[in-house]
Amino acid sequence: MKKERILPSSGPSLRQKLSWLATGLVVLILLAVNIGVYRGAIDFYFSGVLVIAWINVILAVSLNLINGFTGQFSLGHAGFMAVGAYVSGLLTIHLDWPFPIVLLAAALVSALLGFVIGLPTLRLRGDYLAIATLGFGEIVRVVLLNLDITGGPRGLGGIFPKTTFFSAELVAILTIIVIWNIIRSSHGRAFVAVREDEIAAEAMGIDTTLYKVLAFSIGAAFAGVAGGLFAHHQMFIDPRSFTFQRSIEILVMVVLGGLGSITGSIIAAVVLTILPEALRGMAEYRMIVYALLLIGLMLVRPQGLFGTKELGDFLGIARVRWIKARQPAAGVLKSHGGDGR
Amino acid sequence: MQEVVQQLVNGISLGSIYGLIALGYTMVYGIIRLINFAHGDIYMIGAFVGYFAIRTFHLSFLPALLAAMAVSAVLGMVIERLAYRPLRNSTRIAALITAIGVSFLIQNTALLAWTPDPRSYPDVFPLRTYEIGGVYVDNRQIAILGVALVLMVVLHYIVNYTQIGRAMRAVSQDADTARLMGIDVDRVISFTFALGSALAAAAGVLVGIYYNRIDPTMGTMPGLKAFVAAVLGGIGVIPGAMLGGLVMGIAEVAVVALTESTWKDAVAFAILIVILLVRPAGLLGRQVREKV
Repeated sequence: MKKERILPSSGPSLRQKLSWLATGLVVLILLAVNIGVYRGAIDFYFSGVLVIAWINVILAVSLNLINGFTGQFSLGHAGFMAVGAYVSGLLTIHLDWPFPIVLLAAALVSALLGFVIGLPTLRLRGDYLAIATLGFGEIVRVVLLNLDITGGPRGLGGIFPKTTFFSAELVAILTIIVIWNIIRSSHGRAFVAVREDEIAAEAMGIDTTLYKVLAFSIGAAFAGVAGGLFAHHQMFIDPRSFTFQRSIEILVMVVLGGLGSITGSIIAAVVLTILPEALRGMAEYRMIVYALLLIGLMLVRPQGLFGTKELGDFLGIARVRWIKARQPAAGVLKSHGGDGR
Repeated sequence: MQEVVQQLVNGISLGSIYGLIALGYTMVYGIIRLINFAHGDIYMIGAFVGYFAIRTFHLSFLPALLAAMAVSAVLGMVIERLAYRPLRNSTRIAALITAIGVSFLIQNTALLAWTPDPRSYPDVFPLRTYEIGGVYVDNRQIAILGVALVLMVVLHYIVNYTQIGRAMRAVSQDADTARLMGIDVDRVISFTFALGSALAAAAGVLVGIYYNRIDPTMGTMPGLKAFVAAVLGGIGVIPGAMLGGLVMGIAEVAVVALTESTWKDAVAFAILIVILLVRPAGLLGRQVREKV
């Protein structure tokens, strides 16, 4: 975990100065936005958009852990989000637990479900896994439609608006820190090893099933938290909020930012949340733009904007040796031979 | 007993539609190992082409069916050429993401062009119901079964008794070797897409006539269910797709008959997850051991 020293003795290099500048800029923008929201300079509507942006950051970063770092292609993220949203919403309505506890419960239930679903389905590979997780997401939606306690197709209303800009921000930053640290731990290297070559990883003594299920459950937990924040922001949830389209939207963020790049996911999530608001008039073209984005990216730059690199890599900070390793840029997208089983 | 037979008849009608869509999935997957996500949307386009052919151009059933099949076949080839062929040598996940993108593109373009409101399909043949020993069969169900059967026979003939069919089988076994044997692999893949898309379009027209309503998002669910049917029957196995479709159709009708109809969409995926865990090669597929 050594940082690469570019110029060992003489003062800070241009790169380091640039990186400090960039870091400073990000902190400054964040600060300005925070003060703006706090003082009411940013109106209610736009601060609502920013809450959604933070929620999308959580979703994208957690999906990246599964799809990008561990290389397991999941299309069911909206399903876990739905579970978190409903669990937390119901807890708030019926038991009125404190918000942090409610979010924790949402995380726990989603993680548990992720574990239960992951254990059998993660034996599948690549496209089969994608379809199985997609199926899981649909099953969740159908179950929500049919249960009485969830209000069925009428949805669940009257959830207290407990999510604020600051709580969403706090949770998002916590998510980023936790996942960042996981990736940079020995467990994180195990995830990447599973992605790069499952058989080799197994030969190195990595329990691949364990790590796949672990990544899946952790990702599910954070999706559940994001669902909880979402429910307490919208105050009303129904199964239509968690369709397959939602999973695809999250996937677009991850793919655009780069499978295996946390900063990429963050930037893509923020941009793809705020941009459609800026282009209000083109709302009906949004999904078409998403579709073209997906196709174009795969044709031109299948590794996404950042590939497996982080923002810092471009500027020279926090360059970690193992990630710099000579893997092909599209290492994440490595195909598995065989027939997908 | 009559009730059971009645549901069986309904299930077979629905199942042969799933089967027709599943054939496209299974052939494409058999040849280039790609889940063609856009397949369900091609089925939707087929239904709409049939709709316009009948409503605007006043064609009768068979010409409309053929028109829908032809347009969709071309569309399938164009999609393959523009979106999938450049990715032939890239990874399967990249191709899958592209396919999802294509599916969204078609669906959302259709939503813009044709509005999300459902349309009622023109009446090509008036509904006539026959009673056979207490079981009701209508002429639309007979049409579905008839068309599905004819198309299956034609497909069977093409795949097993023509030169291009032999080429298809060769490519699905080993594309590289097939190329060495002088087979134009790109052309074979193109032909496979055309064939699969035409079958999906036929299913689209039949569904329009059977359920009497179409809308631009109609392709998503049947598309996914047909994929499940293809996996159930053994992906890459042509008779398997038809068998899988029938099983899916009957299972779905049974669920609707026994419980509330809202559960029917969950059944498909429950079947999928179970089959992937118990017998991932599908009912008719051959189990292949993974080689390291």
